[in-house]
Amino acid sequence: MYAIIVGGGKVGLNLARELLSKGSEVTLIEQRRDRYTAIEAELEYVAQYGDGTELWVLERAGIQRADLLVAVTGDDEDNLLVCQIAREKYLVDRIIARVNNPRNKQYFDLLGIQPSVSATDLILRLIEHEVPQYGTVHLLDLPGEKLEIIEMEVVPGAAAAGKAVQDIAMPEGSLVISVLREDGGFVPKADTVIEPGDEVLVCLDPGLEDDVTPLFTG
Amino acid sequence: MSFILIVGAGRVGSAVARSMLAAGHEVSVVDEDPLSHERLDAGMPTTWEDAGGRFTIGKALERDALVEAGIEQADVFIASTNGDNTNLTIAQIARRMFEVPNVLVRVMDPARAEWYEAQGLQTICPTRYAISMFEERLARIGAPS
Repeated sequence: MYAIIVGGGKVGLNLARELLSKGSEVTLIEQRRDRYTAIEAELEYVAQYGDGTELWVLERAGIQRADLLVAVTGDDEDNLLVCQIAREKYLVDRIIARVNNPRNKQYFDLLGIQPSVSATDLILRLIEHEVPQYGTVHLLDLPGEKLEIIEMEVVPGAAAAGKAVQDIAMPEGSLVISVLREDGGFVPKADTVIEPGDEVLVCLDPGLEDDVTPLFTG
Repeated sequence: MSFILIVGAGRVGSAVARSMLAAGHEVSVVDEDPLSHERLDAGMPTTWEDAGGRFTIGKALERDALVEAGIEQADVFIASTNGDNTNLTIAQIARRMFEVPNVLVRVMDPARAEWYEAQGLQTICPTRYAISMFEERLARIGAPS
């Protein structure tokens, strides 16, 4: 697989490392000279210098034969435009866009740029500013796959608090896929006890959110 | 008389705003920088608002600011911020989300301007003008061979 990543910040760089380690061919485009130099020192020819929203830069990176384009700059308009051009001008099969400001998600949807993903650091901001009343945060919608992932902090006294995962009355079609506790995250087993203060990620079928969230947030 | 909404009041946006207001149109301007309001006022006998103009502070992608500025009533939408990708994004938002009948968008990069023009956006590319003007002048001088 040949993947082009636009944006060489933390997300882009780590993504490049991961994809390379899985055997993919990768080009990482970065427009800041200092960042490019640092990336080039580590990843050599994988790094390309330039503005990834310019057509000639994308063409130089070989976008015509790319199987995947990932736009993870810190600028939503840039991510949106790169993905739109990749898909509609260069007919790239798969695109993935990072949404920095969750409020801009509506525009990615409007222009059909999907999937679009909010990165972790910005999810933190989202948690601080935009926590819905249940204290849940929508991390990811996979409408094609009919799945959602939500994040919740477990409230003391909630039905799930103090219970082993297997004893929580989760509706059919929902599953606790990871637990973030103090410093680290892990994948729970059936006998893992959910504690108040844990942040849990739950994968569920669309429409189950209202049944699932009260178990964790009281 | 048309209702013209201009997002981005730099040199170009503010000059177009003033001339359109003088021509008798209803003009509403959005810019994230309150200083750009002074650019609208500069050299005018009255303030921008007294002259009949509207001004809303907000970022180009802020839906609330666009609505407050009257995008739902706009006959013409002009995207003239200093960012090509911002302009191309909000121009498409104006067209698809708010169905503004006329959308003009400034794009500095000739390649992107050309492609989006082919997709149906009305792009204005100052760089292309600059290139052809240089070429014309050079031809007139008769560039030495």
